[in-house]
Amino acid sequence: MTAVVTAHGLTKRFGDVTALDDVSFALAEHTIYGLLGPNGAGKTTLMQILTGQAFASSGNVSVFDAPPVENPAVLSKVCFVRESQRYPHVYTVRHVFHTARRLFANWDDTFAHGLAADFQLPAGRLVRGLSRGMLSALGVTVGLAARAPLTFFDEPYLGLDPAARQLFYDRLLADYAGHPRTVVLSTHLIDEVSDLVERVLLIDRGRLVLDEDADDLRGRAVAATGRAEAVDGFAAGRTELHRERLSGLVRSTILDGLGPHAKALAQTLNVELEPLSLQQLVVRLTAPPTTVPPTTTAPADREAAR
Amino acid sequence: MDNDRPIFLQIAELIENSIIDGSLVEEAQVPSTNELAAFHRINPATAAKGVNQLVSEGTLYKRRGIGMFVAGGARARLRERRRDRFTEQYVGPLLAEARKLGIGHDELMKMIDSFGAVVGRDLG
Repeated sequence: MTAVVTAHGLTKRFGDVTALDDVSFALAEHTIYGLLGPNGAGKTTLMQILTGQAFASSGNVSVFDAPPVENPAVLSKVCFVRESQRYPHVYTVRHVFHTARRLFANWDDTFAHGLAADFQLPAGRLVRGLSRGMLSALGVTVGLAARAPLTFFDEPYLGLDPAARQLFYDRLLADYAGHPRTVVLSTHLIDEVSDLVERVLLIDRGRLVLDEDADDLRGRAVAATGRAEAVDGFAAGRTELHRERLSGLVRSTILDGLGPHAKALAQTLNVELEPLSLQQLVVRLTAPPTTVPPTTTAPADREAAR
Repeated sequence: MDNDRPIFLQIAELIENSIIDGSLVEEAQVPSTNELAAFHRINPATAAKGVNQLVSEGTLYKRRGIGMFVAGGARARLRERRRDRFTEQYVGPLLAEARKLGIGHDELMKMIDSFGAVVGRDLG
C-alpha cells in the first residue's frame, strides 16, 4: 500500500493527562477509514496532530512524506472538517466557498454549489445565522468539494437529520468512486457508516485497540445465549467480553466466537449465536468497567417474592 | 447486509443469485463496482473484492477497459454448487427443528406437500 500518513509512537500529554499513548499506524491512499472510540478517547487530538494543529509530546508523524506542522505543501492536500468550525463574523456561505477555493487545489465550485442546493443551504446567508444542522451541512459540503487527497470529518453530523446524513453518505460514496482519496470519518453513528468504511481504527483511552478491515470484523464477535452451563461450555477457552443473566438464561458476548467449529458446537449445546454489529462490538470493547453489580433479580420479582 | 458474514461474500452471492435466477444471463455485463457500491451503500473496495472473487472462480470474466461479464456455463456450475450445499444449508436445519418439535417423517412430508400446493409451486 502507498501510505499517505505514518505515525510512530505518537504520545500526547496535557499535564498529567495522557490523551494519546504510543499510537502507531499508517493510512493508505484511496481508502475510507472509520475513526471510532468513546468521547475523550483521543480522536480529535490525533486528527489535530495529523493536520499540523497540535504537536505530539513524543513520537513522530509524517503526512505525504513530510512533517505536517506549518508545511503549506502538505496542508494544501489536507482538509479537516471540525465539529465546531469557526468562521469570520461577516462571512456568508459564498465567502466560505471563495476561501476554500484558494485553500484547496482540487476544489470543485460546481460540486460545492450542487451540494449546497441539495442540503438547502442558501449561498447568501450569513454563516453565523445558520442553524446547527446547516452549519454541519456547510462543513460536509466544504469537506466533499475540497476533494483533498486526505480529508478528515470530525463528527460531521451534529444537527443533521437522518435524510441529510444519508445524503452525505451517498454523495461521499459517489464522489469517492470518481475521485478516490483518503477519508477519515470520526463518528459515533457507527451503524450508519459500518458498510461505508474499508478500515476501522478504534481508539480507547488514548490507545489504538483496533486497526483492521471492517469486513474482517463482521461476525468477529457473537452474543451466545442459552442455559448457563451450555453457554459456559461454549465460552470455555474463548474471550468473553460481557455477560448478562435472566433467570436461568445467560447471554455471553464472545470475541472470536465464530471459529470453524463454533456453529456446530453451539447447535449441539443448544446455544443461540447472534453476530454483533460493528457498533455493538465497539461498545463492548470500550465500555468502562461498570460499578453496578449484575442483578439476577428484577425489582418486580423481589416484590412478588415477599 | 447481514452482520455475520463479510460484505464481499454477500455481494458475490447476490450476483450469483442473479445469474442463477436468470436476471443476469451469460455474456451479460455485470454492474460496475461503483454501481454496486452506490446501490448497496457499501465501500467500493469491498464491492470490488466480491466481484474479484467471482472472477477468480471463473463465474465472471474481465474485458479490459469495458467491464465484467458473466462467463459461459456459469449458471450450470453455480446451480450444481448450490445443490451440493442444499442439504447442509436447508434440509439439516429443517430436520433439526422438526426433531425438536416432535414432528415425524410422514407429518413433515405432508407439510412440505401442502405448503408447496399453497404457494402454487409444486416441487413434483
